[in-house]
Amino acid sequence: MFNVEDIRKDFPILSRKVNGKPLVYFDNAATSQTPQQVIDAIVDYYSNYNANIHRGVHTLSQEATDLYEQSRLKIQAHFNAKFSHEIIFTSGTTHSINLVANGFSSLLKKGDEIIVSALEHHSNIVPWQMLCKRTGATLKVIPMNEDGELVMSEFDKLLSENTKLVFVNHISNALGTINPIEYIIEKTHAVGAAILIDGAQSTPHMKPDVQALDVDFYVTSAHKICGPTGVGMLYGKEAWLKKLPPYQGGGEMIAEVTFEKTTYADLPHKFEAGTPNICGGIAFGAAIDYMNAVGFDNIAAYENELLEYSTEKLLEIDGLKIYGTSKHKTSVISFNLEGIHPYDVGTILDKLGIAVRTGHHCAQPIMDFYKIPGTVRASFAFYNTKAEIDILVEGVKKAKMMLS
Amino acid sequence: MSIEAIQNEIIDEFSMFEDWEERYQYMIDLGKDLPLIKDQYKTDSNIIKGCQSKVWVHAEMKDDKIEFTADSDAIITKGIIAILIRTFSNQHPKDIINANTDFIDKIGLKEHLSPTRANGLVSMVKQLKMYAIAYQTQLN
Repeated sequence: MFNVEDIRKDFPILSRKVNGKPLVYFDNAATSQTPQQVIDAIVDYYSNYNANIHRGVHTLSQEATDLYEQSRLKIQAHFNAKFSHEIIFTSGTTHSINLVANGFSSLLKKGDEIIVSALEHHSNIVPWQMLCKRTGATLKVIPMNEDGELVMSEFDKLLSENTKLVFVNHISNALGTINPIEYIIEKTHAVGAAILIDGAQSTPHMKPDVQALDVDFYVTSAHKICGPTGVGMLYGKEAWLKKLPPYQGGGEMIAEVTFEKTTYADLPHKFEAGTPNICGGIAFGAAIDYMNAVGFDNIAAYENELLEYSTEKLLEIDGLKIYGTSKHKTSVISFNLEGIHPYDVGTILDKLGIAVRTGHHCAQPIMDFYKIPGTVRASFAFYNTKAEIDILVEGVKKAKMMLS
Repeated sequence: MSIEAIQNEIIDEFSMFEDWEERYQYMIDLGKDLPLIKDQYKTDSNIIKGCQSKVWVHAEMKDDKIEFTADSDAIITKGIIAILIRTFSNQHPKDIINANTDFIDKIGLKEHLSPTRANGLVSMVKQLKMYAIAYQTQLN
């Protein structure tokens, strides 16, 4: 049985105060909070198992290696990857994307095309621009509509035999729109191109099945799913990961080295150069365990309740406009008060102990589309409550009163 | 009046407020009231881009003193600009170069001048000083 009050007890930070007020944390799309179970895993690792992995014959190194590899198995099971070596530990989503982009630089040539969506995060646009510059390939963009949805008929027109790679986020960080990735994956494969999905915003709300989706690459960060920062994953189909060259050189990623020649290690180590974030990798697994114990069905149902409640309450405020009005949305509300800068609203809310994100959310093209400098974004997690939403609504009213 | 005297005056004004709401309301009103910059100077070359809000600054030399005008698209940022302009404008370049902004801490607005705040204000203060240095070189 899902009980939010019990869940909240798992998160020590939720009982702290900010500016003398109880913290209301609505910046979950930027980073999620960490439950005691994950904090314990971190403390346990450094208290009992800290050692370098994959190379020591001593017990500590073996135990640390086992924990790290068990975590990979947990992640494999969670995303239903066919093989555990299809899960590559990275420092996070951005690292994962760069790894793929770099790999494709040896596969692309002039005249090839990469398609990205208009809903992307900056970090998702830049690596592809760099890749295009290196290879002479062209970047095409799937446009969005007023509701903040990708226009699929335009996507269909962009696809051709020149398309080599399509990159789309599963859910938009700025607006919360859930993109129709099943359709996008199918169409991409129909022209023989590869597809990479950014799951940084989806994995906190749902449990993607990479085999059922038939996706080529899927990436996310642990800190979006109650895990620590600085660790994330790249799922890649075995065939693709074998095809891509290594990203970074260093220890762990080699099988044999002489001054004449180096043989690369097998997957996944080929892409895991150097000592990894061992503790982070283990805590990532603990976070997956925690989320599954809460249950993704419970999470999705409850967060949807929060989304509906907050949408209704916020729209009662005169002059408040919500950006991103797709029917397919997660618990993210991007909004502005008429004639008031989002930075000002965010500043007043912070004084009231309410953490929201303001600005362009690293998605400037979306802000340009709506011709606004940015928005106030409240993003809810399963440990938030309707009472907290009431505090937000009162806070927005107060900000409006002070600022207009 | 010297920069320091003006800053002390501002500290006195803010000491009358009992809580953050009064302080912020005052600052917001300052932001609303002041016509800070002429439209002709609100150009791209005068813009300081913060991640969160934009700031425009214009400087003119009048009788060996620099007159600053500025604006922002966010009203709280504008309020702080009004306070900064009040202390730095119509001063000799040398005094502007030597002045500091510690008084912002004392009026409880420290977070707005934090380098990580990305509202353009820290860059704005740097810009004011750059103008002062440039004009000082002209005077020498």
